Amino acid sequence: MTTTVRTGDVAPASPPAPPTPPAPLKRRRGASSSRPRRSLTFTVLTGLMAIYSLVPLVWLLVNSTKTRAGLLDSFGLWFAGDFALWDNVVGVLTYDDGVFVRWFGNTVLYVVAGAGGATLLALLGGYALAKFDFPGRRGVFAVVIGAVAVPGTALAVPTFLMFSELGLTNTPWSVIVPSLVSPFGLYLMWTFASEAIPDELMEAARIDGAGELRTFWQVCLPLLAPGTVTVLLFTTVATWNNYFLPLIMLRDPDWYPLTLGLNAWSAQASTAGGEAIFHLVITGALLTILPLVAAFLLLQRYWQSGLAAGSVKG
Amino acid sequence: MSRKGRAAWTGWGFLSPFLAVFALVFAAPIGYALYLSLFRRQMVGGNSFVGLDNYARALGDDQFWAGVGRVGLFLVVQVPIMLGLALFIALALDSGRVHGMGFFRISIFMPYAVPGVVAALMWGFMYGERFGLVGNINDAFGVSVPDPLRSDFVLAAIGNIVTWEFVGYNMLIMYAALRVIDPALYEAARIDGAGQWRIVGAIKLPAIRGALVIATIFSIIGSFQLFNEPSILQALSPNYISTSYTPNLYAYSLSFAGQQYNYSAAIAIIMGVLTMIVAYAVQLRGMRRED
Repeated sequence: MTTTVRTGDVAPASPPAPPTPPAPLKRRRGASSSRPRRSLTFTVLTGLMAIYSLVPLVWLLVNSTKTRAGLLDSFGLWFAGDFALWDNVVGVLTYDDGVFVRWFGNTVLYVVAGAGGATLLALLGGYALAKFDFPGRRGVFAVVIGAVAVPGTALAVPTFLMFSELGLTNTPWSVIVPSLVSPFGLYLMWTFASEAIPDELMEAARIDGAGELRTFWQVCLPLLAPGTVTVLLFTTVATWNNYFLPLIMLRDPDWYPLTLGLNAWSAQASTAGGEAIFHLVITGALLTILPLVAAFLLLQRYWQSGLAAGSVKG
Repeated sequence: MSRKGRAAWTGWGFLSPFLAVFALVFAAPIGYALYLSLFRRQMVGGNSFVGLDNYARALGDDQFWAGVGRVGLFLVVQVPIMLGLALFIALALDSGRVHGMGFFRISIFMPYAVPGVVAALMWGFMYGERFGLVGNINDAFGVSVPDPLRSDFVLAAIGNIVTWEFVGYNMLIMYAALRVIDPALYEAARIDGAGQWRIVGAIKLPAIRGALVIATIFSIIGSFQLFNEPSILQALSPNYISTSYTPNLYAYSLSFAGQQYNYSAAIAIIMGVLTMIVAYAVQLRGMRRED
């Protein structure tokens, strides 16, 4: 891999559109021009991809404004007569004694404890792998990355059996503890830390008499911030979207996260005597994705630069 | 204590919290799965050691191999399409030749923030004839496009959902790798008379080979572990998505519906080994020219 990469700095956004030079007509692809020119073909092709990506989200938004009846007799990508978004939101929040709010709270708990803990462990571990040369660290890393390839079920079934013997199933711990390990987070922190922290800086801190913890906390931690935000976002997504693990571990709907709860609502229609509440499933799905979409939009600068630096060794 | 020794202790100290939890939720379950896979639980007599019997059974289990074949097909069709699209967009955005780059980048990435469950439910509704887009298309044009979930297209329907969820994520990994290439290299190439496509082939692709390999490996692992989408869609399409539709779904059904923990563990381990072999082969091939 190339070693001439620039590191640490944030990749610049798009260069400003250059003034068009008086170029010969029909020159294609700007082959001999040193600055890129906008291309309609590329824009259209990329635009098609963006439409593909956004249409289901638009569908979700549009259909969350419809009543149960409106869902059935109106065109999917346009609004029905009645604007029932607020009714639906109220319906979601109050259905079945407000169980959705409970699920929301559970999800937040799993994210704060699980993703927060996973980020902290990845931060400490990545720092250790990047900045301390100790015997066995390559081996540690190989084992951890190899573990990513093990299928979820290979882990889930025995983890379930182990946890059930410890009496942990059907408690929040059974969801939080397995979420604490993020091999991808460790990998990202490792690559990020090895680029972001100059060895000389740590040397200087030690010469000044700072202990290891203090060096980490006061000197290195601020430099690791963009990487940490990136790992936090990705572990948050993983925990917020987790389905398989809680599906196995939890029996009691009171401990369900949103994903499991929404699926239970959706499945309700196909059970005998169950009430079909697709309008609530759709609005509930919208409420489920809004916090993450908002987080990604608001924190764009951090995670994009974190990924860029993390990909140096990638 | 020597300098080196102290560094070693500090390093292990920082790493130990991660390793402790890792041992509890990764290493111990894997060991336990290996142990389980060598036993069989019987009504009478409890657990008995059966050696490799569970593995032998899996090798002759048509349901299991049908599932493996399905995810194999998924792998060779869906993964190249998804990564190809991701690479094209990453290169297009990196070239600076697209209008509205920031908007496109975040739009195409956004589905990644949508939980797999919500994505499967949403697409499941949209595929539906009742209030989905397929129904709308049929009504509007007087045609009868089959409901993708009630036909043999169901694997393609799942492939579409997975592509939708992850194309932007993979695009971003590649894009991030492209952005750290030194622009001086392009300048030098242009002076030598290289065109855009030549620069892509000779500089950009080799420079991001690591990111491509990582994206490929994660996609392969994801394909072999396919579970959420078929599991959710099963409720909508029970006739076309069986309980052994993918190996992961099969292992899950065996455990939690059939109480066959031992056989399920053997299946999970075979899939783990298969995944590691394929992932390792890709890594060797992808990194070969680097050394």
